[in-house]
Amino acid sequence: MKQFLSFVKKEFYHIGRDKRTLFILLGMPVVQILIFGFALTNEVKNSKIAVLDNSKDEASNALISQLDASRYFDLEKNLVSFNQVEEEFKRGKIKLAVIFPEHFSEDLLHLNKAQVQLIADASDPNVANTLINYASAIIMDYQSRITGNRKLPYTINTEMRMLYNPQLKGAFNFVPGVMAMVLLLVCTMMTAITIVKEKEMGTMEIMLVSPMRPQLVVLAKAVPYLLLSIVNIITILLLSVFVLELPINGSLTLLMSESILFTVVSLSLGLLISTGAASQQTAMFISLVALFLPTIMLSGFMFPVENMPLPLRIISNIVPAKWYYSIVKSVMIKGLGLQAIWKETLILGGMMVFFLTLAIKKFKIRLA
Amino acid sequence: MTGDKVITADKLTKRYGDFVAVDHISFEVHKGEIFGFLGANGAGKTTAMRMLCGLSLPTSGKATVAGFDVYRENEKIKQNIGYMSQKFSLYEDLTVKENMRFYGGIYGMSDAFIKNKTASILDQLHLQKEGNKLVKALPLGWKQKLAFSVAIFHEPGIVFLDEPTGGVDPVTRREFWNMIYQASESGITIFVTTHYMDEAEYCNRVSIMVDGKIEALDSPAQLKKIYEAGSMEDVFLQLARKAVRAAD
Repeated sequence: MKQFLSFVKKEFYHIGRDKRTLFILLGMPVVQILIFGFALTNEVKNSKIAVLDNSKDEASNALISQLDASRYFDLEKNLVSFNQVEEEFKRGKIKLAVIFPEHFSEDLLHLNKAQVQLIADASDPNVANTLINYASAIIMDYQSRITGNRKLPYTINTEMRMLYNPQLKGAFNFVPGVMAMVLLLVCTMMTAITIVKEKEMGTMEIMLVSPMRPQLVVLAKAVPYLLLSIVNIITILLLSVFVLELPINGSLTLLMSESILFTVVSLSLGLLISTGAASQQTAMFISLVALFLPTIMLSGFMFPVENMPLPLRIISNIVPAKWYYSIVKSVMIKGLGLQAIWKETLILGGMMVFFLTLAIKKFKIRLA
Repeated sequence: MTGDKVITADKLTKRYGDFVAVDHISFEVHKGEIFGFLGANGAGKTTAMRMLCGLSLPTSGKATVAGFDVYRENEKIKQNIGYMSQKFSLYEDLTVKENMRFYGGIYGMSDAFIKNKTASILDQLHLQKEGNKLVKALPLGWKQKLAFSVAIFHEPGIVFLDEPTGGVDPVTRREFWNMIYQASESGITIFVTTHYMDEAEYCNRVSIMVDGKIEALDSPAQLKKIYEAGSMEDVFLQLARKAVRAAD
């Protein structure tokens, strides 16, 4: 135990003396959360629109002012002829054009049927879709208000509810993703690098000649990074609750335990990489290519896994972050308990045992 | 224990596939002796030493260190040996005292022992003022002497030194060897590999390895007599020229 503590203490000296790395390790989650929270957002706000109002009557005016009043749209320009529509799109300023035909109010009130044309810039298909949906929703809303008490013979009213995330905040999606990314980076890459560094410096040999058990060396290397990761988890949670106003709907204890489980999986991966890598650069490269990229691409955080071709969907199952991401979403956002995520937990637990055994075993073989 | 023999090797062999790195070497080292282990690059010195330290498992043959078998009792061997590798082995970003506390700690020494020992080493090396300095701020010669002190910090019976004086100036090397003599007088057995033939002269006995085999083993004076050479350098060159294996 005393050996172990001396070792852990030494690791903390290393981490503490390297101020720049420490700063990056502790600052990274803050920066990532803030960047994802405020700069990179896939919510569509204040999109510029142009309106061509050929009827200029009560109904069209009311609709236009409602579109303009919503936080999704800003009225950029009133057009006078249809020819201008394409010009405006080409200029690239507007994302959506709304066109009212002549006699809009009359048609609406007397024929019970009026048309509005929505033209979107689909060079970015997701944005175009979202804008069309927003605009349609506003128009529907207006329609239901003017029809009011007057019963139409047949209408189907769709009532939509966005479960768990009624405001469609992007933060619900990326906070779990950032947690997975940061933990993976801190644990896997840093553990791999720090062990390989001892190999490069020749101090690992000294350690192996000492009576300290190799398993203990490996564990002592991992402990400080486990603690650092817990600090990071807490930072991320505090930021998301108090800065991004994201609620933690489920049990905090469960969320923390699952995060620690994922941290240990990442640590074991780092140990495993360190047994195979001969230099710090190799360790870093393997961590980035083998872990970081798949985490971003295959965990479902950036791109939905369901839409991927079958081979990628199969590969995504061996990415630990995929399971963790799903756990965090379930616990933090949906407020579910262990019974909903036991499968993911079991998979992560299995991965932990597998990677850790393999790492310690490979580490011992090097001794023989 | 076999009398005062602290290291014995009997037909010790290490094979990597077809390549025989260490080929049936046999020798004995006595308590308190300074045993020089010479050989060109790639002759198999380091591999042999790693087997004795328990870092590498022999393919065949027998060996004991401090009376313990290298196959079965390497944990006990580790308690009884110190080791200083070719690479400089202190932590540059730790202070001198922190390094000693760390190495004392992993050998399970008590706090009181570590404190006393640290003070006496700093005294001996005249580094009292540098105790709280980071190791990277010290000149190479001091680091090397410090590394040796750390290798025998836990007062082992045997210390293995793998080319300990690489890249050090002659004066420091001389001082380093004075430390080795002191350690040997206090009863520590020294097993040292080196490239410097003047250092070979300081050893009680030397063995010269060529292509994985021990070609000669005797006191420097005897070897010079047998090979009719004026210096250990001549002895070494006569033997090393026979090598067919390319240096690595």
